[in-house]
Amino acid sequence: MMENFVASLGIMWKSMLGIFVVMIAITAVVKLLIKITAKNAE
Amino acid sequence: MNVTWQQIVMYAVGALLIYLAIEKDFEPALLLPMGFGAILVNLPNSGAINQSLEGIGEVAGIVEWLFEVGIEASEALPLLLFIGVGAMIDFGPLLSQPKMFLFGAAAQFGIFFAMSVACLLGFDLRDAASIGIIGAADGPTSILVSQVLDSNYVGPIAVAAYSYMALVPIVQPMAIKLVTTKKDRAIKMAYKPAGVSKMTRILFPIIVTIIAGFIAPTSVALVGFLMFGNLIRECGVLGRLSETAQNSLANLITLLLGITISFSMRAEMFVKWETILIMVLGLVAFVFDTMAGALFAKFLNIFSKEKINPMVGAAGISAFPMSARVIQKMGLKEDPSNHLLMHAVGANVSGQIASVLAGGMILNLVPMLLK
Repeated sequence: MMENFVASLGIMWKSMLGIFVVMIAITAVVKLLIKITAKNAE
Repeated sequence: MNVTWQQIVMYAVGALLIYLAIEKDFEPALLLPMGFGAILVNLPNSGAINQSLEGIGEVAGIVEWLFEVGIEASEALPLLLFIGVGAMIDFGPLLSQPKMFLFGAAAQFGIFFAMSVACLLGFDLRDAASIGIIGAADGPTSILVSQVLDSNYVGPIAVAAYSYMALVPIVQPMAIKLVTTKKDRAIKMAYKPAGVSKMTRILFPIIVTIIAGFIAPTSVALVGFLMFGNLIRECGVLGRLSETAQNSLANLITLLLGITISFSMRAEMFVKWETILIMVLGLVAFVFDTMAGALFAKFLNIFSKEKINPMVGAAGISAFPMSARVIQKMGLKEDPSNHLLMHAVGANVSGQIASVLAGGMILNLVPMLLK
């Protein structure tokens, strides 16, 4: 039981980190896209 | 004709789900077929599931066949439904306020919290992870993850996922009030969306799939099919396919998914003490998702000049569009001039992406520990 609990904590931090990394990467790319397409529109 | 007491319990469960679907309008598209299917598969010697007939041998049952082909073989039904879901989503409010992506991420915390609690309660890792994914607030993701991990509790997990999605208007306000003050809830947010070009809308699903695919390869099917549906919508040249995906495909798959998942609601698999625990843990997942999103917004407010209403953070849960509507209503209650809908929609839609990513992360990480 404790072994599974400890393993779940490992999954928790790795998953949350992974999700945040992906979402931050997507945020950065979207901001860049918006900037580029706004410049092209001018 | 031998009817067990557990089967009688399942008739009552089926009737309850049908009642909730019709009278209370709780996710009727899934709960009604699940409820009726629960009755079908629990009738003695039901022809809806495989039976061994004397003198004939094994005779296939349609519900069991649908389950084996549509879910067990390749998770086809939930994934095909995701094409329809992706085609229905307008990512505009999210793309015009990119910081909302972060709230979708934060509001997945409840999944992993519930998973850890499930481990403490004695569930093994694959079942704990499958239970935790109820917090994804997304039926197809819950079904897919629990099926791939070969959980013993696919039926209760599906029922919990869809039931709590319908209960968001009751669960979320309570959870939000636990971690926010009246002053927090009254924070006004101006809506100043950035312009989103058609090119951005077209590139977005492709980029998300590639980024998610590199970081969590097992999420490619989930994220990919969701984004494929969205690309069909946004490309502008596949109007008929977009229309089909949003309507005919989504409706057809939804119709079949509910009755198919009822195969996992056979009495011997559903009527266990663990089912009650799973229902409680599902609620824990939803509550902690909501609280995490709200608390993350409060954390960002420490560093941010333009304050974010924490309720918008709570909308990062994937229950779309229910959660956004709940936040809008709560915002107006605190201040009738405070319209939070578009911010909440942005966060809510971000939750859709984050929840499938969460499913992908679980599918990536849990099998490694089971080796």
